[in-house]
Amino acid sequence: MVGADAALLLLLALPFGASLAAAFLRPHARNLAATLGTLALGAGLAIVVALAPGILQGEALSFTAPWADSLDLQFSLRANGFVWLLLVLICGIGMLVSIYARYYMSPADPVPRLYSLLLAFAGSMTGLVLSGNVIQLVIFWEMTSLLSFLLIGYWHHGAAAREGARTSLIVTSAGGLCLLAGLLLMAQVAGSHDLEVILNSGEQIRASSTYGLALALVLLGAFTKSVQFPFHFWLPQAMAAPTPVSAYLHSATLVKAGVFVLVTLWPVLSGTAAWFWTVSSVGLATLTLGAFLAMFQNDLKGVLAYSTISHLGLITFLLGLNSELACVAAIFHMANHAIFKASLFMAAGAVDHEAGTRDIRRLGGLARYMPITTTLATVAAGAMAGVPLLNGFLSKEMFFEVTLAADRSQALDALPTTVAVAATTFSVVYSLRFIGGVFFGAPRDDLPKQPHEPPVWMVVPIGLLAALCILVGVLPNLTIGPLLRAAAGSVLADGKLSFTLAVWHGFTPALAMSAIALAAGGVLYVLLRRRLLALRRPPLGPFSANAIFERLLQAAGEAGPEWLARRFPDERLQRQLLLIVLTAFLAAALAVGGAILPRYLPLSTVDPAFAILWTIGAACAVGAARAAKFHRLAALVLVGGAGLISCVSFVWLSAPDLATTQLLVEVVTTILLLLGLRWLPPRIKQDDAAAAAARARRWRDGVIAICVGVGMTLLAYAVMTHPVDHSISEFFLERAYIEGGGHNVVNVILVDFRGFDTFGEITVLAIVALTVFALLRRFRPSQESLTPLGQRRAQDALDEEREERGRGHTLAEYLRVPGLIIQLMVPVILLFAVHMFLRGHDLPGGGFSAGVTASVALILLYMSGGVRWVEARLRVAPVRWIALGLLTALATGLGSWIFGYPFLTSYSTYLDLGPLGRAPLATAMLFDLGVFMLVVGAATLILTSIAHQSLRRPRARPLVAETGAEAVSEDR
Amino acid sequence: MEIVLAVAIGVLSGCGVWLLLRPRTFQVVIGLTLISYAVNLFIFSTGGLRIGAEPVLSGATGTLALFADPLPQALVLTAIVIGFATTALLLVVIMAARGLSGSDHVDGTQGES
Repeated sequence: MVGADAALLLLLALPFGASLAAAFLRPHARNLAATLGTLALGAGLAIVVALAPGILQGEALSFTAPWADSLDLQFSLRANGFVWLLLVLICGIGMLVSIYARYYMSPADPVPRLYSLLLAFAGSMTGLVLSGNVIQLVIFWEMTSLLSFLLIGYWHHGAAAREGARTSLIVTSAGGLCLLAGLLLMAQVAGSHDLEVILNSGEQIRASSTYGLALALVLLGAFTKSVQFPFHFWLPQAMAAPTPVSAYLHSATLVKAGVFVLVTLWPVLSGTAAWFWTVSSVGLATLTLGAFLAMFQNDLKGVLAYSTISHLGLITFLLGLNSELACVAAIFHMANHAIFKASLFMAAGAVDHEAGTRDIRRLGGLARYMPITTTLATVAAGAMAGVPLLNGFLSKEMFFEVTLAADRSQALDALPTTVAVAATTFSVVYSLRFIGGVFFGAPRDDLPKQPHEPPVWMVVPIGLLAALCILVGVLPNLTIGPLLRAAAGSVLADGKLSFTLAVWHGFTPALAMSAIALAAGGVLYVLLRRRLLALRRPPLGPFSANAIFERLLQAAGEAGPEWLARRFPDERLQRQLLLIVLTAFLAAALAVGGAILPRYLPLSTVDPAFAILWTIGAACAVGAARAAKFHRLAALVLVGGAGLISCVSFVWLSAPDLATTQLLVEVVTTILLLLGLRWLPPRIKQDDAAAAAARARRWRDGVIAICVGVGMTLLAYAVMTHPVDHSISEFFLERAYIEGGGHNVVNVILVDFRGFDTFGEITVLAIVALTVFALLRRFRPSQESLTPLGQRRAQDALDEEREERGRGHTLAEYLRVPGLIIQLMVPVILLFAVHMFLRGHDLPGGGFSAGVTASVALILLYMSGGVRWVEARLRVAPVRWIALGLLTALATGLGSWIFGYPFLTSYSTYLDLGPLGRAPLATAMLFDLGVFMLVVGAATLILTSIAHQSLRRPRARPLVAETGAEAVSEDR
Repeated sequence: MEIVLAVAIGVLSGCGVWLLLRPRTFQVVIGLTLISYAVNLFIFSTGGLRIGAEPVLSGATGTLALFADPLPQALVLTAIVIGFATTALLLVVIMAARGLSGSDHVDGTQGES
């Protein structure tokens, strides 16, 4: 079929596109958002309907695009009869909900956000059912979990919404991970991630040794999503979501995802005893428990939530029976349940909207005020209870039939039949409560609002769905028949399945069961009505699944870590650090295993100059270690010395690139630490009673340090004297110029061969810079750091003494000459940065060192002129530099996609500049430009945000007010 | 040369570890800087020490016999820049910790010195 590819892609793209558009609408543009949502999903429905002729004849559509071929991953979409049926539900009910939500939501809510999330959810759900690749399927699966989380938490100011959202996310996304593992196991056996291949290797998978594990994992995924016992508890909590969300996600679509996967994998996984016992017993338990608990709910949405649990249990039970007819019944009930439950949710929403409450105990007699809603809700509730001539009746009849057949063939005695009748009886009771308690009986005059019929566009969606209930119920063969045949045919292997849809089957045992359930339900309702109203909670107490989940969560989130913290030797960081160092040392010692150090390589002779150099270096390091406590500035200078020595070593040992970068980074690090010194407390030598303990500790640490030092020496020596075989460095040396177009191999590795790593690294750099910025925005310096420094006080005192001088004169003169030199030097340094950048591909240099150079120029300006002086003259926007750099690097990488190459493939050539010679030109250079801009931005942001701290005016500082510092001039 | 550099790495990391175990935050910062020098030199040295080898290709291709090993250099180059970033982060964290707790002890309380 021509255009099928486009149709499938469009189906997927439409909701996501509309979601993106809705996200950018103004917060109160609800008409626009609703129009957008309705149109997008309506268009989706139109596409689905247009696909009908082919699909109904059993055609299957597919679309495949390459994704990551080397991993056997294709982006693939597929549609068959069953998928099509779900697409109709997703788009159709989605469209109705989108109309409904416009009138349901209050104008005060940010409605476009709801639509944006709802549409993204519709897109994910579409992607889930269309996926022809199991990994892609799980991605969409987790997206639905995530969007469900966001939608349940839509009214995030409510604690119930937040908790409900959290619970659902934890349960369903954990299930998603299980599903992923299960599907991967199956894919491993089948030898492909393609769903069709997996579906065709059912025998193999069932015979493999991993079948049991795969089955368990897939079932965990499906059960958590489709609210099966014991994971059912998240659905009632999810009722904190706005009602349109519940109508869409928690009745028609999201919760169907689990059973969708079960139906899809039915030909592969079913047919074994393990499948039969697990799936049918879980289904039966859920069916009964859900129906039983639903009777006790006093919240309308609570009734519907538990009823949904029960109906999904029914579907699961049917799937577990290993009978093809039962599978058809399951598919049929999926559609029926979606139709009547969505309309019931919308009706419950209408009641809530008009009467102001959803509590059955407070409601009554609404039929007088809202007759249309009453009629429609009654029809839908009838379908839920399985009243004849409605769609629910038909699937319930099929359910009874296959249950009876299962009784006969599987020797389960009469248990399923009994349970089925009991659960149906319960469902009659809660349906009656839903209708009788709300719409009939004596009208109440204490309702929060004076009820009346809801807006017409809230009633129309309910009406359409209720009409569908009747249509399917009365004329099943003309309406749902062909769809069901196509759906069943696409799932089941032979596709030649005989089932009849008829309103009247004659006097059958199934009909008798229906009659018994309806009658018993009616009697039970009349008997229990008063008692149920008086009951507050269903009688479960601490054994409710929710309470157990909360306890588990508490154990994993609080008690567990607390226990660990108690068991851990100490809460103090200093001792923990000691523990980490010791562990690392022991681990390294064990790994080396005391191996003697063989000398394989001829050693280079020791150059005395190098030895002297490192004697100085070692002295610097030891000096820094000694001075770091009381003489911070000296320690800083000594550390810089050690850094310079390692810089010289890099030059010595043929690594000019490293030397340049190290030198430049040394400069910025020193400036950074100098800026930080201001905020540390003064440290004065003191001899107190604790000195002995402190000295002991110093000795102990000294021993550890010496051990570590000796260990590192031995390790480094061993590494240096071992020959390295098969180094991949040869590869880079051979291809750097031929494929990367650069002579500087180090730079080519960074921006080309391992460009993706570099991309990750600059992202880290950006994150660190932004973190520093964010941390310092809330920075509260300690009081003693806020008094002017000694030097400043002396300068101010000098100014006060002399009459011709004003406050701040000395300060301004202090750096006048260096400041002038710096200002003259800045263009030179910037030019040098450009030079470093341009030569980077062929000679030592490149984006990293050029970026640091440029930021040094800026920082020098700050140092000489002061923060205010610079920012009055220059717009420094480091955050933009960071963003621009990251985007440039990303765009360079994406650019290669346009030419059909993988991410970050580079292209290089030489540009002939006539008399100026030939200039190398590679796309890698553009990437390097991104690196450059990001490094400039990050280094500048870090340093300037620390520098800005000195400009802060403290809020309450009586101490300083006394010293008369009201006119604190620029800090330098 | 190897023995000199090995001892240098040992001294740098020893001093760094000693400082890491000290109680004052600034000592930890300096210690971390020293350790990062040691680690950078260590990674760099895994390629073998080469004196006077060409770092930049002169022709179209090269071999390890004639040119310096580019791989450890590329690793260390980014490590140097990231090292700056982590030092900055640590510095800001200790500034904030001092502002909040009023002490520059790593434990956040004015413990024993």
